[in-house]
Amino acid sequence: MTITENVPGTSTAASAASTVPASAGVVPAQRAHGRTPAGGRERLVVVGNGMAGMRAVEEILARHGGDLFDITVFGDEPYGNYNRILLSNVLAGADTEDEIFLNTPEWYAENGIRLRAGARVTGLDRYARVVTIEDGAVAPYDKLIIATGSRSFIPPIKGLAGPDGRLPGGVFAFRTIDDCRAMIGFAEGRRTAAVIGGGLLGLEAARGLQTYGLEVHVIDAAPTLMNQQLCAEAGGILRRGVEELGITVHPGARTAQILLADDETGHETDDQTGGDAGGGTGESAGLGRAVGLEFADGSRLDVDMIVVAAGIRPNVDIGLRGGLTVERGIVTDDQMRSVDDPDIYVVGECAQHRGQVYGLVAPLWEQATVLAEHITGSDLDAAYHGSKTATKLKVAGVAVAAMGLKDAEHPDDEVVRFVEPRRGVYKSVIIRDGKLVGATLLGDTAKSASLIQAFDNGLPLPDERLQLLFDIGLPAAEVGAAEMADDAQVCNCNGVSKGKIVACVKGGMKTVPGVMNATRAGKGCGSCKLLVKEIVEWAADGEVEEDLSANWYVPGVPLDKPALMAAVRERNLRSVSAVFAALAPDGKEDAASKMALTSLLRIVWGSDFIDERDGRFINDRVHANIQKDGTFSVVPMIAGGVTSPDELRRIADVAEKYDVPMVKITGGQRIDLLGVRKEDLPKVWADLDMPSGHAYGKSFRTVKTCVGKDFCRFGVGDSTALGVAIEQRYHGLESPGKLKLAVNGCPRNCAEGLIKDVGVVAIDGGRWEIYIGGAGGAHVRKGDLLATVGSPEEVMMLTGRFLQYYRENAKWLERTYTFVPRVGIEKIRAVIVDDAEGIAADLDARIQESIDAYVDPWLEREQPATAGQFRTSLPLITLPQVPVR
Amino acid sequence: MSAQSSVATATPADASGSGRDKGSPVGTEAKSARPALTGTGAVHRLGLLREIPVGEARVYAVGDAQIAVFRLRGDTLRAVDAVCPHAGGPLADGQADAGVVICPLHAHVFSLATGESTSGAPPIGCYPVRLAVDGTIELTL
Ligand SMILES: Cc1cc2nc3c(=O)[nH]c(=O)nc-3n(C[C@H](O)[C@H](O)[C@H](O)COP(=O)(O)OP(=O)(O)OC[C@H]3O[C@@H](n4cnc5c(N)ncnc54)[C@H](O)[C@@H]3O)c2cc1C
Ligand code: HEM
Ligand code: SF4
Ligand code: FES
Repeated sequence: MTITENVPGTSTAASAASTVPASAGVVPAQRAHGRTPAGGRERLVVVGNGMAGMRAVEEILARHGGDLFDITVFGDEPYGNYNRILLSNVLAGADTEDEIFLNTPEWYAENGIRLRAGARVTGLDRYARVVTIEDGAVAPYDKLIIATGSRSFIPPIKGLAGPDGRLPGGVFAFRTIDDCRAMIGFAEGRRTAAVIGGGLLGLEAARGLQTYGLEVHVIDAAPTLMNQQLCAEAGGILRRGVEELGITVHPGARTAQILLADDETGHETDDQTGGDAGGGTGESAGLGRAVGLEFADGSRLDVDMIVVAAGIRPNVDIGLRGGLTVERGIVTDDQMRSVDDPDIYVVGECAQHRGQVYGLVAPLWEQATVLAEHITGSDLDAAYHGSKTATKLKVAGVAVAAMGLKDAEHPDDEVVRFVEPRRGVYKSVIIRDGKLVGATLLGDTAKSASLIQAFDNGLPLPDERLQLLFDIGLPAAEVGAAEMADDAQVCNCNGVSKGKIVACVKGGMKTVPGVMNATRAGKGCGSCKLLVKEIVEWAADGEVEEDLSANWYVPGVPLDKPALMAAVRERNLRSVSAVFAALAPDGKEDAASKMALTSLLRIVWGSDFIDERDGRFINDRVHANIQKDGTFSVVPMIAGGVTSPDELRRIADVAEKYDVPMVKITGGQRIDLLGVRKEDLPKVWADLDMPSGHAYGKSFRTVKTCVGKDFCRFGVGDSTALGVAIEQRYHGLESPGKLKLAVNGCPRNCAEGLIKDVGVVAIDGGRWEIYIGGAGGAHVRKGDLLATVGSPEEVMMLTGRFLQYYRENAKWLERTYTFVPRVGIEKIRAVIVDDAEGIAADLDARIQESIDAYVDPWLEREQPATAGQFRTSLPLITLPQVPVR
Repeated sequence: MSAQSSVATATPADASGSGRDKGSPVGTEAKSARPALTGTGAVHRLGLLREIPVGEARVYAVGDAQIAVFRLRGDTLRAVDAVCPHAGGPLADGQADAGVVICPLHAHVFSLATGESTSGAPPIGCYPVRLAVDGTIELTL
């Protein structure tokens, strides 16, 4: 349904559009006058495109509100509506931005809603019944919904904010996608961060920041973490758990001022692939840059960045402008209307109902439902009576669930408590008049679902109170799902009951992700996912279908990797187009699948692979790594990091001759020529006269070595010779992810072998240790010891065998640091070292085939593989566009 | 140029024509291609089909415009802006299938028929392109 169908004779073009720039005329002119708009629909204006506002709109649409209202939504943030809760996951890298969007621009268009994203409402005139937008435009309404949410509270600490409220460089709030992007962009390359605030949000921010390798301090003015939810004892246990994660907690710390330094321009990046530059930059706005905190006792803490998570303040300006009653929030009645104006509804964190302002999503869902019932007239008696809130901390490694009271308040309150500090477990319930009025679970939150239900619904409690804290004798899972009441809430974030999930399954949806998408259960903080899965399994009576696409090797061919490899061999499919024709639905090719298929076919067929150049990513078409301006980087092979004056001279000559803007020593012990024009690549290779270093593909890249025993006084093995030999044997082989190796001459580990895909360490007695599955990038992992062997030859053989096993079994882009723990080091050792499956000889033979099929791709300089292989793709742009160093 | 004689047909004309020929900003509807370069409707003979490898693209400078011409598998032609609207990436270096091209820099996805992005980037312009009997690629701009 679109507006144009329902409003004949009004301006059409703008109404179907999903996102119109804020400056475009706000509402078709002829409709700006008069009380009753054309078409008989009332004008509903929603201020605030966040979780509460859009949930209210969805509930209204679900009650045929689309026929009653012509809806316009104003949102300050320039996006569709997203799940704010999941920003913590975005910061921690567990979700991507795309995954957290709830309503896409298409959704607004399909539902005939005008979205003005990036348009801040600044005024409300209740007598003229219009709201004013920042740019001066006005929008008339018949009914108004205020859903402006909250903003971060910036405590009045000297230096924390400028006079106009802007933050200095390196200081961040944590409320919006833009905040999140700015933090991520800034965190790169920094060392320490302080989070002001030890509540839910502060802890989630702290954990998220650790993802970027920062040393994180939590500065909490309160004596206990999560002071709002936890008693002192539980807070102490939580603190230990948090500190075990490597976060330093400063409880009861009073920050006297923020120490500022003069502006610094930009921040350094040194990764040749370029970092992600999201939105904000943490720029200083002329206020200087935060370099530390000074506490009331005069002590200081030097940090590179500060995140403020000290609470929230409702956005009530519009209420004030319109003369509505505002206390902490805009005061509402039980129908979620302003107490001053029956045509103005208020919902979400900006609303104050019966003295309460909520800061969690569950109450918003209830408010939104009541609002929708009332505004659409579906149920004029609908009333909101307030919510009981339960909280969960979304920090991996420390489980916390808390609801209601944190301590007994009356002498008659019954308290049952279990504390096991050594394991970090604390459980307590507070019971009044036979009803649960408070509960805290720390370390073990298995019982949280049933406690939340008992708490929400005032259910009768078992006489043996211990059953509230532990599952005694019951096989919890299935019984739990079967016995839950139909209206018991399963997903508290999105307000989904067991009944809704069951109905969805009965309606034919038999996959867990399918049910999650359809009902949104489990799509909030995610802590109920397990329960959702159990309910789906129970409701489907064992007929649950797996969401198979998650296991597909590529999105365009519905097969997992073993099945795909078998089909490719069996049906003799040797080219990417042949695979699509034979195995893809309708034979349809898929651009996003091509690169992975090319890699797989090469692994299966070696030199018998039929090479279709469009199946390759650009880097593999021109054997160089594409840069942000469309130029390329060239890295010649320097096996084991050992080079010669002659090679260095040639590299220097090439750099001069082709005006290479940057020559850089890489982390892989080679030399990178950055900013080479595509047209120059063949000439550069010819002049270098060195083989490709494969610094561009998903393939075996390099072996780092240390000096080793010939020169180093600690060395016990010839690490350079072995590293060179390994690189020369295996370099350039395609693999599901990059492979970076290292060989050390002794356990001092100068070549960092413990954090490589394969790392070799010489130990006393002429023996060598082989570690696999290490990582030292965005993810850091120490490799697992595969074997200790007595000769370099054995190292070479086991390395090759493991590489082939990885090549054949890992998922596309699955690095060894994921692959090894997924399969398990014991299993891999059994296959590779002990030949438990009897495939060792085959693995050895197949990797030998791949080695034999290898040809240095830089030889294409003599005979280009395709017409115009090295023609520029940006003919009118002068390249390179990077600063010359 | 003869309208009847095309060997392989490349007809994104309906889609690319819509936003452009009307040249009107009213078309802010979600479903229309970006009104890219307001051309004169002149036909440009770019080069021979065999200059473009199957499944890949090559770029032609046409006056001030840079146009990437894709030769899809099955020899259908598509012509779009050469420069990615996200951050200036070279779209001709991207991987394509019958429907879309993926920019090589940050993997934004664009329809080759309508120019719309399915990954949230601004749209790219699409231009009518066809193959003349003599094997020459003819672009209307
Ligand atoms: C990092 C993080 C983690 C969280 N985790 C949890 C959790 O685990 N569980 C939980 O229950 N809750 C959690 N919350 C809280 C939850 O996100 C909020 O309770 C919820 O988003 C409130 O919804 P709302 O619609 O009231 O406000 P918002 O979602 O903030 O929406 C308000 C919108 O209105 C816009 N707006 C404001 N003023 C104007 C104006 N004048 N004109 C136009 N637009 C305007 C704002 O830009 C915003 O987009 C978390 C919050 C954060 C920030
Ligand atoms: C594969 C994922 C992505 C990668 C690797 C990536 C990487 C980058 C890089 C390297 C830049 C800097 C480009 C330059 O300065 O020339 C950039 C800029 C940008 N990216 Fe991304 N990006 C990705 C996805 C996204 C997504 C999904 C969005 C939006 C939703 C996005 C929004 C932006 C914006 C707005 C800029 C410009 C920032 C500015 O310079 O002001 N990116 N990205
Ligand atoms: S790892 Fe050992 S042998 Fe190698 S350089 Fe360091 S100290 Fe010397
Ligand atoms: S430049 Fe094309 S996706 Fe970034």
